[in-house]
Amino acid sequence: MADVNRGNRPLSPHLQVYRMPLPAITSILIRITGIACYGLAVLVVAWLLAAASSERAFDIVDGILTSFLGDLVMFGAAWALWYHMLGRLRHVIWDLGYAVEIPIAEKMSIAMLAGATVLALFTAIVV
Amino acid sequence: MRFLTDRKRAQGLGSARTGTHEHWQMMISSAALVVLVPLFIFTFGSALGGTYEEVIAYYSRPFPAVIAALTLVVGVLHMMHEVQDAIVDYVHGVAGKMAFVAAGAVAWVIIATGLFALVKLAL
Repeated sequence: MADVNRGNRPLSPHLQVYRMPLPAITSILIRITGIACYGLAVLVVAWLLAAASSERAFDIVDGILTSFLGDLVMFGAAWALWYHMLGRLRHVIWDLGYAVEIPIAEKMSIAMLAGATVLALFTAIVV
Repeated sequence: MRFLTDRKRAQGLGSARTGTHEHWQMMISSAALVVLVPLFIFTFGSALGGTYEEVIAYYSRPFPAVIAALTLVVGVLHMMHEVQDAIVDYVHGVAGKMAFVAAGAVAWVIIATGLFALVKLAL
């Protein structure tokens, strides 16, 4: 489709001037948290590899992950992971044909944000 | 030609006959991860913060090790598709192809490294 002359076509409102509805924002957040989880996987594997290698290597990687900054990163990662899981669950529910009405989608958006926060806090307290 | 939209150009050509498999794959791995992720978070979370000996002993047990291995394989492949979807959407041309392959390569390196570490911890 790249050969079409796009220069003189009427434009729809640009993304920047369009107030995004909550389901759209929560949907984009799913992709962002998904990519963040890819980074988390690297951290987890680095920690496992260090534990499998030697005590010295483990102390270094474990020291980074359990430092104050590490705790912050892991809390953020826990939130992202929980959020992404809830978001994907919503997509599975939608895919099965349920809860596609806009008021329900908006309620689910709020539930995802609140649910991820509660689950991340619960994770931080329990572990 | 000026007002011909992509939709009009595609109309009547039939479906692409591909793509549904990827979507179905994401739905299946999403459902699997809804079970695996909580199990992984709480097993990994209770290991994190322990001493070296505690961590070795913990991941020598079958349950945490199998949960970690399953989450690693299913989760990283799921995230690989997630990242590759984003690349297909936003990066085009040669850069897009290279980024797509690189994302796949990184995923397999993470999986292989993680599984190696888990096997070594368990044995």
